[in-house]
Amino acid sequence: MTTTDSLVDRPATSPAFQPISGGRKTKNLFATVLVTLAFLLALVPLGWLLVTVVVNGFEAITTSTWWSHSLKGVMPDEVNGGVYHAIYGSVIQSLICAIIAVPVGIFTAIYLVEYGRGKLAKTVTFMVDILSGVPSIVAALFIFALWITAFGFPKSALAVSFALVLLMLPVVVRSTEEMLRLVPDQLREASYALGVPKWKTIVRVVLPTAMSGMVTGVMLAIARVMGETAPVLVLVGYSRSINFDAFDGNMASLPLLIMNELMNPEAAGQLRVWGAALTLILLVMLFNLVAALVSRFSAVRSK
Amino acid sequence: MAKRIDIKDVDIYYGKFHAVEGVTVSVPPKNVTAFIGPSGCGKSTVLRTLNRMHEVIPGARVEGQVLLDGEDIYGTNVDPVQVRRTIGMVFQQPNPFPTMSIRDNVVAGLKLAGTRDKKKLDEVAERALRGANLWTEVKDRLNKPGSGLSGGQQQRLCIARAIAVQPDVLLMDEPCSALDPISTLAIEDLIGQLKQDYTIVIVTHNMQQAARVSDQTAFFNLAGVGQPGRLIECNDTEKIFSNPEEKATEDYISGRFG
Amino acid sequence: MNNRDVTKSRPGAPVPSGGQGETPMIGAMSNDPPEPPARTLGEAEGAASRRRADLIFRWLATGSGIAVVLSIALIGIFLLIQSVPSLAANKASFLFSAEFLTTDPANLRFGIRDLLAVTVLSSAFALLLAMPVALGIALFLTHYAPAGLRRPLAYVIDVLAAVPSIVYGLWGFLVLGPALVPFAEWLNQSLSWFPLFATGNVSIAGGGTIFTAGIVLAIMILPIITALTRDAFRQTPARHIEGALALGATRWEMIRTTVLPFGRSAYVGASMLGLGRALGETVAVLIILRTSASASGFSLFDGGYTFASKIASAASEFSQPLPTGAYIAAGLVLFVLTFVVNAIGRAIAGEKVRG
Repeated sequence: MTTTDSLVDRPATSPAFQPISGGRKTKNLFATVLVTLAFLLALVPLGWLLVTVVVNGFEAITTSTWWSHSLKGVMPDEVNGGVYHAIYGSVIQSLICAIIAVPVGIFTAIYLVEYGRGKLAKTVTFMVDILSGVPSIVAALFIFALWITAFGFPKSALAVSFALVLLMLPVVVRSTEEMLRLVPDQLREASYALGVPKWKTIVRVVLPTAMSGMVTGVMLAIARVMGETAPVLVLVGYSRSINFDAFDGNMASLPLLIMNELMNPEAAGQLRVWGAALTLILLVMLFNLVAALVSRFSAVRSK
Repeated sequence: MAKRIDIKDVDIYYGKFHAVEGVTVSVPPKNVTAFIGPSGCGKSTVLRTLNRMHEVIPGARVEGQVLLDGEDIYGTNVDPVQVRRTIGMVFQQPNPFPTMSIRDNVVAGLKLAGTRDKKKLDEVAERALRGANLWTEVKDRLNKPGSGLSGGQQQRLCIARAIAVQPDVLLMDEPCSALDPISTLAIEDLIGQLKQDYTIVIVTHNMQQAARVSDQTAFFNLAGVGQPGRLIECNDTEKIFSNPEEKATEDYISGRFG
Repeated sequence: MNNRDVTKSRPGAPVPSGGQGETPMIGAMSNDPPEPPARTLGEAEGAASRRRADLIFRWLATGSGIAVVLSIALIGIFLLIQSVPSLAANKASFLFSAEFLTTDPANLRFGIRDLLAVTVLSSAFALLLAMPVALGIALFLTHYAPAGLRRPLAYVIDVLAAVPSIVYGLWGFLVLGPALVPFAEWLNQSLSWFPLFATGNVSIAGGGTIFTAGIVLAIMILPIITALTRDAFRQTPARHIEGALALGATRWEMIRTTVLPFGRSAYVGASMLGLGRALGETVAVLIILRTSASASGFSLFDGGYTFASKIASAASEFSQPLPTGAYIAAGLVLFVLTFVVNAIGRAIAGEKVRG
């Protein structure tokens, strides 16, 4: 198109393209600006939060004892000790949870994709949706009411794991279900046509095909429950020293340690709070990273 | 090993929908039978009932008899798994297992049935791949994934996988419809060889293909919209294509149809 | 399609006869006596055990599905059973009292009025803030960002979801709350005639208000609303989009006429799910909100407890059944509330939202 200096210079013929009215252009521009601003707006708290945690937590996690010691015998105002007892607690509680939730979740997804028909399947789908919306404090209360009040067991890391199962289960079911549905029916048919029974078709053909996606989903689910605080507040006592026994006694975890040190008015307490927060984020990121790596490298080899 | 199949008065339903009505066909051993007909006439449906693959579809149900050398595959104590092991199938889309290597794909049927002997599996893999005219192309990359092959090679891999379990009958559901003409030719070649050993039933929408590969041809058609499909005529391929008995067959073959 | 097939298909073979002439490999195969003897169908060896294996597997799968259903039912039943005695012993109105006194089991006085008020107010405020921003982000990630950047940018938003809620709590309490104080004071001073901005029952200067909690909750529910809405927007059929563009629509007009109508129900449903999250969020709210001696006045500058934070705050003292039952009753109300909100959200969103 030619650029024109004034209306007079314009050719008398109508332009080749119909012009867009100014109002429409303005609206379009306005929408573009708003939408972009919305995205940038979300980056503000994210950046602010991450920078805060890293800046405040860096000193603590680089102390020599942070990763190898507990807080046993460390005074509230003493900059010393570490959080390995809490890291152990967070990891072991999540892993015990995964040991229960992953098989049940995978079997539920198998039911929904491979077997489920009619009313029961609809009910299960609905309940998985509902379970994914159950607040963590309600899950914790339920386990308290069931395991501690009704059955009379003491508070323990195991009880925490049970509550986490309720929170992890829907995540595992969802991601596994999605992966199983991606497996083309042609593969199942090919297997049946070879005279392979249904269960073996699922175990040897369908699951391996969906495996990397399922592992990714499980890793993300573990990362998610690791940061849960409500269950540890309700279901296990805090300990300043290491406890390896998930079935008995108090056990620290990173969220629980943060909650306790928040009540410590000393500067050392602040230091530990931010250090533990950074440690927790790093731990969660580690599992996210593993998930990303798994999905990248073990995706179905095509060449 | 090849066996004969007798389809006797078979009716097929999807739920309440009557899909196919009153089909009776005999398929002699070591012979290629082609099912042709317009889309939706039930030819693929009939094929699937020959190894009970229709049971994968919820609500599908069959009445009548399908006899394999005189034995009803719908008999009361016959396991569909056993039927499918005896009557193999090749699908429209090549569907190698993406998680398995070429070799593992070929021996998948045996391996899943519990054969562990590596030497024997290697033997079977080679024999089946040679049988599918694929050996020379893949012998140097048996441990690469099957999904890396071309479409035509993948389809021959699927044929190798089907014949590796040494079935008595091989069913092919439009095996060339997703392939280019040259790959199609390779498969047609292969069908000609395979019939030395297997009873083959092939569904095709390509009449020239039916004329090229089959000994006998069955023409299916719809009685009308919403009506069940039925078998119009089954005869020697030569006769069907030169001098069919039914007018509908002639119309379809000569392209004067619908 | 592929050259290897050309070399392979023996061009010499006459096409119509299908190359029946030479069959060396197959011949070899049939000479080689196949080792399984002629099989018959009836005596399917191992068929019974195979069928049993199939059945066991089927029941494992179905049983797991039923376990999920049962767990929801059990949550409701157990919370109900264990709250009934406390509700019976309650000397105050459960629904309308603002008291929550459980120290003396012989004189339980607890009600959920304030818990409900604080919970709903903070969540609704969070939703109000999060909804427009989430819509903008979802549109940005599906239709505005450069195509190559959409995935990494979407991942950045997902990182927001990966941050544990306790870290949000810390940040809100120690960093954001204090930073918002001048703005909050300005709002309070200039708009105090409006009930939501009236002076509340805690000091604004500490930042421990529903105002701060709501903003943190908004950030926390942003990723879930965004992710589900984005997925729905991405499914807008290309033919609709192309149809609109071919009529000469600007990008915004195309979005208004195709993407938004297509994704509207998913957006609303996703927002409900986000609301469900906010209602049940525990530890961030627990850390941020100041406790208050006086009752809630439905102001954003109030403090107090939500259902979840109230329960968590008392968790270490759960010992006697009757006082504990009071908290379990509050938990039951929260369970029912989130159940209803989630069910409505799923119903609105329909099949487009799975997450």
